[in-house]
Amino acid sequence: MTALAASWQRRGSYARWFGWALLGVLAYTVLILIYGKSPLHAFHEIWSSTLSSKYGLQDVLVRMTPLLFAAMAVAVPARVGQVNVGGEGQIFAGGLTAAWLVLTFASWPSWVLLPAMAVAGMVGGGLWAGIAGLLKARGWLSEVFSTVLMNYIAILAVSALVFGPWRDPTSSNYPQTREIAHAGRLPHFGGSRVDVSIVLALAVVAGFDWFLRRTRWGLEIRAIGGNPYAAGRNGVPVSRYVIVSMAVGGALAGLAGMAQLSALQFRLNPGLSPGFGYIGFLVSWLAGHNPRLIVPMTFLLAVLASSGDILQITQGLPSAIVNVLSAILMLIVLLGRTRTRPA
Amino acid sequence: MSGAALASIIAITFALTPSVLYATFGEIVGQRAGIVNLGIEGVMLIGAAVGFAAAVVSGNSYVGLLAGAGAGIAFNMITAFMVIGRGANQLASGFAVYFLGGGISMLIGAKYIGSDVSGLPQLSVPGLGSLPHPWDQVFRQDLLVWLMVPLALTLWWVLFRTRWGLRLRAVGEDRDFSYAAGIHTGRVQVQALMIAGALYGSAGADLTLAYTKTWQDWLTAGRGFVAIAIVILALWSPRRAILGALLFSGAVALGIQLQAQGSPVSQFVLDMLPYVITIAVVLIWGRAKTFSVPAGLREVFAGTSK
Repeated sequence: MTALAASWQRRGSYARWFGWALLGVLAYTVLILIYGKSPLHAFHEIWSSTLSSKYGLQDVLVRMTPLLFAAMAVAVPARVGQVNVGGEGQIFAGGLTAAWLVLTFASWPSWVLLPAMAVAGMVGGGLWAGIAGLLKARGWLSEVFSTVLMNYIAILAVSALVFGPWRDPTSSNYPQTREIAHAGRLPHFGGSRVDVSIVLALAVVAGFDWFLRRTRWGLEIRAIGGNPYAAGRNGVPVSRYVIVSMAVGGALAGLAGMAQLSALQFRLNPGLSPGFGYIGFLVSWLAGHNPRLIVPMTFLLAVLASSGDILQITQGLPSAIVNVLSAILMLIVLLGRTRTRPA
Repeated sequence: MSGAALASIIAITFALTPSVLYATFGEIVGQRAGIVNLGIEGVMLIGAAVGFAAAVVSGNSYVGLLAGAGAGIAFNMITAFMVIGRGANQLASGFAVYFLGGGISMLIGAKYIGSDVSGLPQLSVPGLGSLPHPWDQVFRQDLLVWLMVPLALTLWWVLFRTRWGLRLRAVGEDRDFSYAAGIHTGRVQVQALMIAGALYGSAGADLTLAYTKTWQDWLTAGRGFVAIAIVILALWSPRRAILGALLFSGAVALGIQLQAQGSPVSQFVLDMLPYVITIAVVLIWGRAKTFSVPAGLREVFAGTSK
């Protein structure tokens, strides 16, 4: 706990965090007022239907899983100085490979099929991001541009498959695959909507924190993050870390895709991810790529996303408000994190 | 391929090019001044939404175009404030601006879903406009198409032949050195971002006013990001940017034409082509020519995760 407090102190005082939270609430209030609704009513609605209700809390937790993975997909490469904007595409790539596996080997028993799907998802997402890492490490194309463009390719690839060869002939209205086998579905906690993948996601976050602080490789990663030139001079294989960190990040995003398929949707379709990859990017930057802050930040944005849906249903507010608010939050935090330079 | 199909591909290619090219122009100006603007996509969406809304309300597409350009300038000033004013990370704040622009454009556009506009008038060149049928459409294009080449030449002249352009490029190469040499670096960068914003806004407005003529959410579909890739391809030169933008929109037009002819290839595979081709060409053609990268941008890409 003291380490957590210290890490917060390094990023600024509690007062500043409180100020940011206040600004965020203020921005939300203004947005609600613009649409002529009562902010107090809206906030009460948010409270009563997210955090204080069983169903609402489950909804928040269900959203947290893909966001945790997507945030880690950004955070891992970011510690090596890489900007992975391709989480969304990597989620689709992972969902695609996991779907291929479960549709092809539907007869496997659950204890083989589920791990195999997870591996397939990681391979799909990992390769997709690994390509970008390789291009960067070779000095050919910045990962910023390759990942952002590869998002569109991966999403279109999923569409091409589910509108084409993988389309379930019995569901004429929706472009989607057949339902996956029951053996390929992740178990849920005692009749709730929350599935076991959230445990895996939290373990990944904790594991990365331990890895960064307690292993030789973590030390080298932090060295590269501090000064890649100096790290290279001291014999750290920087370009290998670039490729591997991108691939690991992509693999984690791929897991998000696999979990969405296996625990929630049961069919691959173009709506596999409604922008989790992008929100994960915001989460990771809000948390300064620090695993210990990623969990609370994910929680915050999951509540926000959940509240957007609720306000859309109950108050008729457009759900795009959540996008606007997340972006404003990120801009505020970025402002708080700058060092002043000569103008 | 028949002549009619070819003429149609060429006509669509030209019609689609401004939406990418103007964004590329804007990004070239910005990057020459040392700012990589990932917010480009968000600014384009704002330009598209505001331009469309203004055209619907006023009934005049030129008013829409001006409104889109103006909204682009205003919205790009968020990046100016973040990056130049407060020294925030360019890539992260650019991404936030992208997200913000997407969200706000959805809020603006929601009221205009289902509305349509007459679109920018088609202007034809005397003589060429009266060619036999399939070919006349090639030379009947809107104002933004006709302005592509003059604008490229103007930007080239401004960037490479004026004192202001020299200062701007100096800032992009080495900000601290330029500052020491007495250039007001912040002011030059803000001016560059204003020009860029106007161009992004026009590019977005071009999509809604000349191409789709309706509003739909996220309709830029990554064109802003493609524009950034084309900047690399064009080696930061406005004249070469025309070729890059034609390549992208040519790939889009080819996909549209193949679809219209009932190609057995999935529509989605065809939609992938422009992105795949853009990446491939940047890799094949652009990668060995890193000498033309404004030196200041290396700073942006090294250790960017803070």
